[in-house]
Amino acid sequence: MTRDLHRIFHGLDEQSLDRLASRREALRSGGRLAGAFALGAIPAALAATASDAFASSSLPGPVVRVLNFALTLEYLESSFYNRGINSGVIPAGKDRRVFETIQSHENAHVAFLKKALGSQAISRPEFDFTAGGAIPNPFKNYEVFKIVAQGFEDTGVRAYKGQAGALKPYDTYLTAALTIHSVEARHASEVRRLRGEDGWIPFEDPAAPAPIKATYAGDGNLNQLGVDVGGFHGAKAGTEAFDEPLTREDVLAIASPFIA
Amino acid sequence: MLTPHTRGEDERAVEVGLFRSPTDRRNFLKWSGTAAATALLIACDQSPTEPSTAPVPSESQTQKVAGQVAIDLKNDFGILNFAYALEQLEAAFYIQVVRQLYSGITSEEEGILRDIKKHEVVHREFFKTALGSAAIPGLAVDFSAVNFTSRESVLLAAKVFEDTGVGAYNGAAKFLRNGDYLLAAGKIVSVEARHASAIRDVLGRSFAPNAFDSALTFEQVLRRAGPFIATDVTLTNSPTAGQTAQRSSGDEEMDS
Repeated sequence: MTRDLHRIFHGLDEQSLDRLASRREALRSGGRLAGAFALGAIPAALAATASDAFASSSLPGPVVRVLNFALTLEYLESSFYNRGINSGVIPAGKDRRVFETIQSHENAHVAFLKKALGSQAISRPEFDFTAGGAIPNPFKNYEVFKIVAQGFEDTGVRAYKGQAGALKPYDTYLTAALTIHSVEARHASEVRRLRGEDGWIPFEDPAAPAPIKATYAGDGNLNQLGVDVGGFHGAKAGTEAFDEPLTREDVLAIASPFIA
Repeated sequence: MLTPHTRGEDERAVEVGLFRSPTDRRNFLKWSGTAAATALLIACDQSPTEPSTAPVPSESQTQKVAGQVAIDLKNDFGILNFAYALEQLEAAFYIQVVRQLYSGITSEEEGILRDIKKHEVVHREFFKTALGSAAIPGLAVDFSAVNFTSRESVLLAAKVFEDTGVGAYNGAAKFLRNGDYLLAAGKIVSVEARHASAIRDVLGRSFAPNAFDSALTFEQVLRRAGPFIATDVTLTNSPTAGQTAQRSSGDEEMDS
């Protein structure tokens, strides 16, 4: 794994890692991302009077907040795949078919969320898929492209899962989010397998390259509703059998380096 | 271990037993519906209130019927037992697959099937442990429709199980009242989706045929899983009785 890391991320040094970390910190504490998400905090009723938000005027505030959070991730993914498909970095054949499928799904998710949110939908941010130069250009290096894709998909799964509780009072949106959540998991499995990994995540995914390590923090949990699920078929299977959620804050910390 | 969230009824969360009369039965949706299972049920002398043996599949198991099991969906225990039933079915299937690997299996396919078998056993044991005394008994399975020596037959059945599992959790989630149970279901459904993706891929099907997965009603799940379950399983108080599911436009592909 270390060898692969050196091969793939030969340009990645301690300094750039620090830069990535400090960027993340800056964005977390009130950078552009905070601005982008501020709209989600406006009460639905207020937003409705401020514009012709007829379509979504009845959306409860918590739903708006979650859907805009989801929309940001879907913008991130769809922009990534739209650029990836156009860049020519993806080999023709199966790999290209896989990413075309994922691309079309992410764009469909964006369209769905924008429609649901109406005028309350946040606009598409500008993205920097080198994370400010912290990682090589994924549109010129297919290995990097796949690593970033895996990070986005596995983060997406954990992000949607983490919002299930917030959507619990809102059946329609909970179900809608779950029907996206499982598709992200299908994507994640396929991208992982294109990289030669299993489709599921052992422990905290020790094989995950450094730039996407944060995606797997806490994924090795074996306590499910008080049951030690590592006791049935070993710890590895126990961790693989359950995907863990990420908080909104954790997800934003992972995504923010890619928001220009 | 879990706390039931009832609507105030002072009844057992899960009832296991025969219905009092044919009139009662008429109100309940019947799971299995296979003629064979019904016919064998008549000859079955096992007490329906007695938990059956654990579903360890064998050649003879497909001919075994473990009485009747009723799952009352009026509360979270019922919904979790519904999930437990599905996980029992999946675990039993993959145990049989791994015990009798089809000839010509690739190392990739074997790795996938062995991993999935472990995950489904973990899911099954998780529900069994978490539900404790509220858990339904082990179900008898009927894999007579699966040719375990055939790659195509095994992988197609696996695809049905995994896609159905995804749709089942997606559809049941909104009926869970306890947020911790909802999260637990969410932790499992994405793993089922990972399975579905891998199985579909090695089958040469699309790993993700739709941008939105299905959210199935309890009845739809039963219709798909029922043919593989020899036990006579019935549902009561289904919140989706008579409803049509939220389905994706390309759902026919999911059924294939």
